[in-house]
Amino acid sequence: MRWKWMIPTVYIFFLLVPIYWLLNMSLKTNSEILSVFSLWPQNLTFDNYRVIFTDPSWYSGYINSMIYVSMNVAISVSCALPAAYAFSRYSFVGDKHLFFWLLTNRMAPPAVFALPFFQLYSSIGLFDTHIAVALAHCLFNIPLSVWILEGFMSGIPREIDETAFIDGYSWPHFFVKIFIPNIASGIGVTAFFCFMFSWVELLLARTLTAVNAKPISAIMTRTVSASGLDWGVLAAAGILTILPGALVIWFVRNHIAKGFALGRV
Amino acid sequence: MIAKQVNQKAWFMVLPVFLVVAFSAIIPLMTVVNYSVQDTFGNNQFFWVGMDWFRDLIHSDRFHDAFLRQISFSAIILAIEIPLGIMIALAMPKKGWGVPVCLISMALPLLIPWNVVGTIWQIFGRVDIGLLGHTLAAMGIDYNYTQDPIAAWITIIVMDIWHWTSLVVLLCYAGLCSIPDAYYQAAKIDGASRFSVFRYIQLPKMQRVLLIAVLLRFMDSFMIYTEPFVITGGGPGNSTTFMSIDLVKMAIGQFDLGPAAAMSLIYFLVILLLSWVFFTVMSNIGEESSNGGA
Repeated sequence: MRWKWMIPTVYIFFLLVPIYWLLNMSLKTNSEILSVFSLWPQNLTFDNYRVIFTDPSWYSGYINSMIYVSMNVAISVSCALPAAYAFSRYSFVGDKHLFFWLLTNRMAPPAVFALPFFQLYSSIGLFDTHIAVALAHCLFNIPLSVWILEGFMSGIPREIDETAFIDGYSWPHFFVKIFIPNIASGIGVTAFFCFMFSWVELLLARTLTAVNAKPISAIMTRTVSASGLDWGVLAAAGILTILPGALVIWFVRNHIAKGFALGRV
Repeated sequence: MIAKQVNQKAWFMVLPVFLVVAFSAIIPLMTVVNYSVQDTFGNNQFFWVGMDWFRDLIHSDRFHDAFLRQISFSAIILAIEIPLGIMIALAMPKKGWGVPVCLISMALPLLIPWNVVGTIWQIFGRVDIGLLGHTLAAMGIDYNYTQDPIAAWITIIVMDIWHWTSLVVLLCYAGLCSIPDAYYQAAKIDGASRFSVFRYIQLPKMQRVLLIAVLLRFMDSFMIYTEPFVITGGGPGNSTTFMSIDLVKMAIGQFDLGPAAAMSLIYFLVILLLSWVFFTVMSNIGEESSNGGA
């Protein structure tokens, strides 16, 4: 098995080459992209990035995306915490059905919901707001959060709860002071997955926004179809959408394998 | 295992989740059901057509083709990504500096917005400016994903492998990490071959995560929209028009609400049904093998 390390190496190479190509293009001028074919930039330029950071119609996309993603993470995790506790500790009427029903929402194709969401949020005046996208993404992120958190909570022995109640803790007090610190890494992993699925989703985010809350990914598709394809800027915008993900992975790198195992995602 | 405490007040803890999901799932779904049984001549005048849309749809070639493409796509994706993911997970290092390097670089494609994934491969595959397209052209291979349906399919499949195999790898790797060393030592003493270690130790331990991997990969590949939309826009012709793309075309492009709603419901039910079948079959296999083993 001396050559075993070759497999992951080749695979990682395969993963990184297309990303490198995007990075390479983002550092070239448009004329160089179209005229010379080279493996690295001949005239290194940061102009493409400057365009994005100085034009509000570009960088506001990043801000919008960040706002609705953080709203979504906050809503999903805070709603899912007590629910996951209930599922992991108690049995109640309809618990199994409710759990399965929640999971079916993870299976719902966003394409099915695009048009009804548009009409729903238009009719209650939430169209083109950040909260609309955040709520729409809850459709698949809340079931996921409940699923992951329930896995983590079931790993905490029930004696901890019982001891705390005997010691006279009220439920909210116990939950915040004792239970949440115990599943901190579980909350981190959950937040990571909520971030991930909200950050990468485009169809709903694009359908529910027009101007004020338009996500960066939607701005990119518009540029592709309309203004004569500025490849360099497009590549730079792509690279900038990869960065937040890379940062988040860096912070959870020690928990990710464990989270996958325990969290059943 | 102690039985869970029966407590009906637990419903209060589930209530926020229930309300939010009900708001964002039941109301829109009711709208869809509502449209699927009505027709409109505009002007917000609707009239009842019963099951007509469903009947039309089930007999239409357009739906059959999109459905067939979708099923073949998901089947190909599962057939490639699951074995490949297991293989890579088996070869990954268990300790040392290689672990974070592998985990971080493999998780990277999962966190790229889907349309950027599409854009990356759109650029990468172009004959004029893309590394892949240019290299293939230089090797004399006729490759053009905007003209040739087969090239378009291959591009989308390779892109999906690039995008999602990591999920299978990470899941399997997590399953493998949970196997105690003692198992391997015992296998070594018994003189077990490489294959029987895999068949009788590693595979059973990965069972649960594999089930999750298959389900997630199936559901997500069945719902794929953004990436093929960005790369090919469903073309050339209709060759890569998967169900979601067709549905969005119908609902938002042509505004055929009735047929689109009927298609949505059938689509959703198909996913539910197939996921349920997968889940039942695979958990039955799991129970049998664990009963047989113990």
